[in-house]
Amino acid sequence: MSENVNKANRTFTDRARDAVQSFGLPRMIIAVFLLVLFIAAPFVGADFWTQVTNLFNRFSWNAVLVLAMVPMVHSGCGLNFGLPLGIISGLLGATLSIEWGFTGLASFVMAVLIATPFALLFGVGYGWLLNKIKGGEMMIATYVGFSSVSFMCMMWLLLPYHKPDMVWGLAGKGLRTTISLEGYYAGVLSRFLQIQIGKLVIPTGALLVFALLAFLMWAFLHTKTGTAMTAVGSNPTFARAAGINIDRTRMLSVVMSTWLAAVGILMYEQGFGFIQLYMAPFNMALPAVSAILIGGASVNKASIANVIIGTILFQGIVTMTPTVMNSMIHMDISEVIRIIVSNGMILYALTRRTEATR
Amino acid sequence: MNAPLLELKNIKKDFFGNQVLTDINLTLNEGEVLGLVGENGAGKSTLMKILFGMNVIRDTGGYGGDVLLNGQKVNFASPFDALAAGIGMVHQEFSLIPGFSATENILLNREPQKKSVVSEVFGQRLNTLDRSAMRKGASDAIEKMGVEIDGEMVINDMPVGHKQFTEIARELSKEQLKLLILDEPTAVLTEREAAALLDSIRGMSSRGIAVIFITHRLQEILNVCDKVVVMRDGEIVKDVAAQETNVTEITRWMVGRSVNAAAASHREPPESDTVMSIRRLWVDMPGETVRDVSLDVRRGEILGIGGLAGQGKLGIPNGVMGLYQAGGTVTFEGKEIPLNAPRKCLDSQLAFVSEDRRGVGLLLDESLEWNIAFPAMQIQDKFLKPLLGGLIKWRDEKAIADVTKRYIDELQIRCTSSRQKAKELSGGNQQKVCLAKAFALEPQFLFVSEPTRGIDVGAKALVLEALKKFNRESGVTIVMISSELEELRQICDRIAIVSGGRIAGILPATDSSEDFGALMVSQVV
Ligand SMILES: Nc1ncnc2c1ncn2[C@@H]1O[C@H](COP(=O)(O)OP(=O)(O)OP(=O)(O)O)[C@@H](O)[C@H]1O
Ligand SMILES: [Mg+2]
Repeated sequence: MSENVNKANRTFTDRARDAVQSFGLPRMIIAVFLLVLFIAAPFVGADFWTQVTNLFNRFSWNAVLVLAMVPMVHSGCGLNFGLPLGIISGLLGATLSIEWGFTGLASFVMAVLIATPFALLFGVGYGWLLNKIKGGEMMIATYVGFSSVSFMCMMWLLLPYHKPDMVWGLAGKGLRTTISLEGYYAGVLSRFLQIQIGKLVIPTGALLVFALLAFLMWAFLHTKTGTAMTAVGSNPTFARAAGINIDRTRMLSVVMSTWLAAVGILMYEQGFGFIQLYMAPFNMALPAVSAILIGGASVNKASIANVIIGTILFQGIVTMTPTVMNSMIHMDISEVIRIIVSNGMILYALTRRTEATR
Repeated sequence: MNAPLLELKNIKKDFFGNQVLTDINLTLNEGEVLGLVGENGAGKSTLMKILFGMNVIRDTGGYGGDVLLNGQKVNFASPFDALAAGIGMVHQEFSLIPGFSATENILLNREPQKKSVVSEVFGQRLNTLDRSAMRKGASDAIEKMGVEIDGEMVINDMPVGHKQFTEIARELSKEQLKLLILDEPTAVLTEREAAALLDSIRGMSSRGIAVIFITHRLQEILNVCDKVVVMRDGEIVKDVAAQETNVTEITRWMVGRSVNAAAASHREPPESDTVMSIRRLWVDMPGETVRDVSLDVRRGEILGIGGLAGQGKLGIPNGVMGLYQAGGTVTFEGKEIPLNAPRKCLDSQLAFVSEDRRGVGLLLDESLEWNIAFPAMQIQDKFLKPLLGGLIKWRDEKAIADVTKRYIDELQIRCTSSRQKAKELSGGNQQKVCLAKAFALEPQFLFVSEPTRGIDVGAKALVLEALKKFNRESGVTIVMISSELEELRQICDRIAIVSGGRIAGILPATDSSEDFGALMVSQVV
């Protein structure tokens, strides 16, 4: 009798242990913390549904950038710290689309189309570089990100853009740091099929676009080529012995990642309503890297679930903490808190043990 | 009264509900040599990992029971604690640091140091390494085993045999050692090299060091051990003095039934045409250099390739299959196969089971299904469903699961499911996965390198039988490379002996061992 009880207890604790283990203790803690923030919000005077809406928005802006991490992680190139390179392709697409006079939804579609050849070109070059220095990918990726941003800082000034909406008013040339997308593609996706219930607003269109891209990614990983990509990341020697061309597979993953980053930044801009140039792309890589790590990915394993969970947890914490804290102490230090929290999360994410068996 | 050196009391271990050790009790005295045997997956390595405080054990929920060292209860938090307590371990799946040289690995953390001005001021962490003393120490340790390894060679470039020796040398050179654990150290060694190792085990035992020796070559146990402990399904079923038993008896305890060593059933070697001809092959495989090999393989035969470690027998398949830089000409079915291009070989229906199962053979982080189906999927478009008129090749999970289950049954792979990760299998079962992977390719020509490495006596007959069946029923030509001559003689039609990177001779498998022995040392360099 007592043995039976013991057994039932054991299986229960076992099951609990397994659940925690499969979800990961740190993720559990972050999730619980986020939940507490949500519950606390109404009590300190922050409206609950506004907060939820906020989270939906943030998710729809950022999720594609996080998704861009997936292919390179699978092929063993590690986390794409060179995300700014893809983002720059996206920015070129955005600015050229506006320069050439497109507006509304067309300006978004054209931005994606124009960004694509840039992303392919940059991706191939970047992939070639990463194939030269196998083993030190993440460091090189960081340099690539950094130097491409610096280079473009000059180019944004020098390239012959003329559209008055984008250039500095007095000089009549050189792009501004921030360009408003009003009249272009601000909100074109979020407003599509938008659902509004009281204070809750769901940016359906943007979520659908993410869902589509995520589905394509998931499907790709179930194809022959996708399987090969995962194997290359898991054990390159094994893959080579099975006749896989390692360099080509890695190259493909880098190009995919770069293109997704380009689309990702356009998604971000359409939600945010502004194009940010110059140093801005540089600040996009770390949050995306952190989000996917918090979502439970490791250096060579990442799933769509990791992307979704990670983006929700990261963006949730980063947006909720300042709001709740602010309302609590009635002082506007939200920016400070936001910086502390997001850097804290990044720091935590990067120190996590993420090695895999070799 | 003196407490025994090591005592295990009621050791239990489960991996998420899968009980792999139940109530293990064991004692070991100073200078005693204990032979630990048991089927693949019996729990031998797991027990040793517990003793050595390995992280996997803690990460998977720890263990039950007590480990006593000199009568004191110990619970190692990490292998470092075990090392400090005088325990050394040679792992079944090496634990060497990839980017480091043999010397650095052997003396890791025990490097002879030189004081300098800086370290006088800032403490000994800033001592510099005494490189020449290191080289000396390491080469002494290597010499003790009677082999030659370049101390400067980096682990990644090493053939498995050298990795094994490096790992053993690391343990042998430790001075404060009290207990040494050897987990299948002889699996990749030839008899001669194994004999050298057995000698050093005897030497240690006379210096008062206790040794736990795991092997599937039971004769070795009888040769060096004081007592034999037999495990079956996570329990100790027998604990006897080595003099009082014999190989047949041990085998029976291990598998619970008697096993007849597959009788060498010889047939008339098929008198057929040449299917593969190798001319003037050289292969630059570190430690297994092939200098000048010319060899004709007949259609439908099983050709054995034997020879001492380091003489180049492993280089032949690795070179032909394009895994190491090679030159010369290889023609298969009358067509020349380009070297240094793995894909070309695979496309011509050649397959290879590598001796390096961790490095080349397995996707450790993936499921058995992936491991077994992957090459066939990539090379032959098997296990794929065409979608959108063939535009998309979708993974056919069901076909993959089916083929995996088939080989799990056929080769009796011990696992919890076909989705289990390859790294969670015992060494012998991983080896079976490597074979299944090649079988799933259904090649016309198969190179198998050390196919029975780490496989228990019962399963060995099974694996050899499977190879034979594959050859007889599907007409596959097999070239089998092995350091165990007896095994080659069991299933091969002809055996080529490699010595000094050249073929020293090819004899029918029925010739006497002495003839083969003479060939092996004929051109040693
Ligand atoms: N990390 C792990 N996770 C889950 N199961 C494991 C893990 N490691 C080992 N096992 C299981 O424990 C059992 C015992 O494995 P162990 O490696 O101890 O066998 P072994 O006696 O050393 O066999 P071999 O002779 O093949 O090396 C096996 O069934 C194996 O699948
Ligand atoms: Mg083992």
